[in-house]
Amino acid sequence: MLHVTLPRWFLLSLVLLLALMPLGATTFYLQLGAKILIMAIFALSLDLLVGHTGLISFGHAAYFGVAAYTLALITPKYEAANFWLTLPVAVAAAGIAALVIGFLVVRTTGVYFIMVTLAFAQMLYAVFHDTKLGGGSDGIYINVRPELTVAGFKPLDLENPAQFFYLTLIVLVVVYWFLSRILHAPFGRALAGLRVNEQRMRSIGFPVFFYKLGAFTLAGAVAGLAGYLAACQFGFVNPEILAWHQSGMVLMMVILGGMGRLHGAVIGAAAYVLLQELFSSSALFGGYAKHWQLPMGSLIVIIVLALPHGIGGMIDLAWRRRGFRQEEVAQNADG
Amino acid sequence: MFYLIQLLNAVQYGLLLFLLSSGLTLIFGIMGVINLAHGSFYMAGAYLAYWLAKATGSLWIAIPIGIIISFAIGLFLECTLIRRLYQRNHLYQVLLTFGLILIFEELRSIFFGDEVHGVAVPELLNYSIPLTETFSYPVYRLFITAVCLVVAIFMYWIIHKTRTGMMIRAGNSNREMAAALGVNIPLLFTLVFACGVTLAAFAGAIAAPISSVAPGMGNQILIVCFVVVVIGGIGSINGAMVASLLIGLADTLGKVLAPEYSGVAVYLVMAAILLWRPQGLASTS
Amino acid sequence: MAEPILQVRNLTKHFGGLAAVDNVSLEIRPAGLHAVIGPNGAGKSTLINLLSGELSASSGQIIFRGQEIGLLAPEQRSRRGIARSFQKTNIFPSFTALENCRLAAQSRQPRPLAWMRDALSYESMMFTAKQVLAAVELSGRAGDLALALSHGEQRQLEIAMCLATEPELLLLDEPLAGMGTEESLRMVELIKKLSASHAILLVEHDMDAVFQLAQVLTVMVDGRLLASGTPEQIRADREVQAAYLGEPENRP
Repeated sequence: MLHVTLPRWFLLSLVLLLALMPLGATTFYLQLGAKILIMAIFALSLDLLVGHTGLISFGHAAYFGVAAYTLALITPKYEAANFWLTLPVAVAAAGIAALVIGFLVVRTTGVYFIMVTLAFAQMLYAVFHDTKLGGGSDGIYINVRPELTVAGFKPLDLENPAQFFYLTLIVLVVVYWFLSRILHAPFGRALAGLRVNEQRMRSIGFPVFFYKLGAFTLAGAVAGLAGYLAACQFGFVNPEILAWHQSGMVLMMVILGGMGRLHGAVIGAAAYVLLQELFSSSALFGGYAKHWQLPMGSLIVIIVLALPHGIGGMIDLAWRRRGFRQEEVAQNADG
Repeated sequence: MFYLIQLLNAVQYGLLLFLLSSGLTLIFGIMGVINLAHGSFYMAGAYLAYWLAKATGSLWIAIPIGIIISFAIGLFLECTLIRRLYQRNHLYQVLLTFGLILIFEELRSIFFGDEVHGVAVPELLNYSIPLTETFSYPVYRLFITAVCLVVAIFMYWIIHKTRTGMMIRAGNSNREMAAALGVNIPLLFTLVFACGVTLAAFAGAIAAPISSVAPGMGNQILIVCFVVVVIGGIGSINGAMVASLLIGLADTLGKVLAPEYSGVAVYLVMAAILLWRPQGLASTS
Repeated sequence: MAEPILQVRNLTKHFGGLAAVDNVSLEIRPAGLHAVIGPNGAGKSTLINLLSGELSASSGQIIFRGQEIGLLAPEQRSRRGIARSFQKTNIFPSFTALENCRLAAQSRQPRPLAWMRDALSYESMMFTAKQVLAAVELSGRAGDLALALSHGEQRQLEIAMCLATEPELLLLDEPLAGMGTEESLRMVELIKKLSASHAILLVEHDMDAVFQLAQVLTVMVDGRLLASGTPEQIRADREVQAAYLGEPENRP
């Protein structure tokens, strides 16, 4: 199945629409919106790995968590940290964790790879949960959000929900653009080749190990970016952000939206967060709202059985019928 | 003497792990399905044991009933869901079984609540053997060890000495060839899966008296099982045994030497082995 | 004879107790076609896998351009100048024919850190890709998905991909397998053209093609080297006739 490139005008108008949201929306919706955008960044990072390179990582929450914890650990207790300092440090920490773990796991294949990525994520969970390093199962509070100053003045106040929303929107747009460039660049095309036929890539001379490691590290760093923003939003980190439920959840987002296409990851993140809000709404489900994982899990099962190409796949079909420009990129070879 | 006790604990834990991991590795090796919900079956076994023991008053009655129920659940799951995963990409298998975990967890929460429960050690075995003047060892733990060993030997016998076992081994190495030779593959798969589920539930049931019956118990041990399967090699029962004992030792040693980091010990062992042999200890690839 | 480009010395590969390749030695010249023939199970594919790096030998040496390469991974051997085609067509089915070749060309100009530029804008890669497609006469199919190509065209594509990596030695594993008469003729022509400028090791069952193309022939049976020499010598060799060429009607 060929994937469709969403035309520029569509994407730009979508961004514009989102940018107008804070003018009318309440704090609740702004926070929900920011959460969706952050999860979209997280899902994009995993899509690079799973959808595009074909590396099924079930431990991606580890890097999300490492960045979040890094911010929590280096933020002063009652002061605001410097955004421009803490963001690169947190993302670098996540990237380094991904580099080290990647070095160990990238040589494994297939099911082994899935299991060891999960295991290492669980190891980090154990480190933050059992030891005093991260405040144990109680977590750490970030009492004051980082401060974003440019030449002495503050363009965006992270404590303000609308401005935080703008920040996440800007970051998402930048990440989307950056990943889209990478996928078309030689590196990205090599990753696509890896997914389609790894043996052939080796036999034409690509050092497959390094490409996989590169993808793994990059994905980890971008996940870290999402984790940093999430920590900013909640003001609190605890080991559950590294738990494998989190890893499963972001994987679900990628599938929900349709793998291998960037817009799919964004759609999937939005769909997942909204569904979670729906299922845990006590207005609709009363006492059973706290068991929201039951309908969510059932939905996952149904989607895997009935709709493997996700929502994005359905959209692709619809757009193709209307004759939009198609790009010949590696198709989703799975079933 | 203290170390002897720790060693006994390590072996007991290792053998219990083997019971769980053998099901996991067989299901993967023969059917090519990675089943994340395997830990949920362990949990189901423990909760079933708790519930049935309370209802019937005796763990001895509870366990056989639990075995029958687990086997039935396994058959049902295989026929309805698992068999749709056989030809599919691992990603979808992971997601579907992950969805199952969520479902099982919530069902557990709805039916049994979120509190931690305890199961009483059966009267018959509720004493300790004195080893020295100051140290003694709980007989129930020895019982677990013995039961696991018996099951392991029984499994080994079936797989290596019977026709059924031969079919299992054939299905393990070459599915199409086995089918061409007349092995009823669908039936084999259904039985293997149901047995795997039963083994896991059985492990949960007999372990219930010494570990708490609590939410999330399945997931914790599942990941350790993954480590066992990675180290031992997929599809290899022998590898699973060696790896289980190794992990049992590592975990126990970790608890003794550095209690705070004991959770990490298991993964460090895995990391070390991955550095040395990325394909696992026993696999042939 | 000029310095051989590939020297294989006492190459052996055991699988359990079985020696799939048993003490095989041969030399390949810098240009020309050296064919390896033998009945099924003779170890020919294993030999190619050993040479290209998919398998590692139990013992023996593989010397390429004067250097031992036995411990190198397939990607490293490829970069040294060895390309191979597979018995079962091994391409990127969901990419276009052009993209298949461009990716192969990219391996020689990887540019992994150039994240801004679209890969399709690199003229040298595109030029090489178009050039190799022309060499195998697939220019007309450049924009088609590889999976839409016919079996024969796919195998031509695979050869094009090999050429895009600028090899000195080509290892061709039964390139004619599964081809009809017309496609076979085209492929034979192509290989003949290539053998003028490249060193080629050809494993094949099609005896007509082999005797048309080969300057040197090696016969393998049960993993061992039975005979080696010019086509005429091999044709006349009694042992080879008995073991492989067999009945009079099999002889070309």
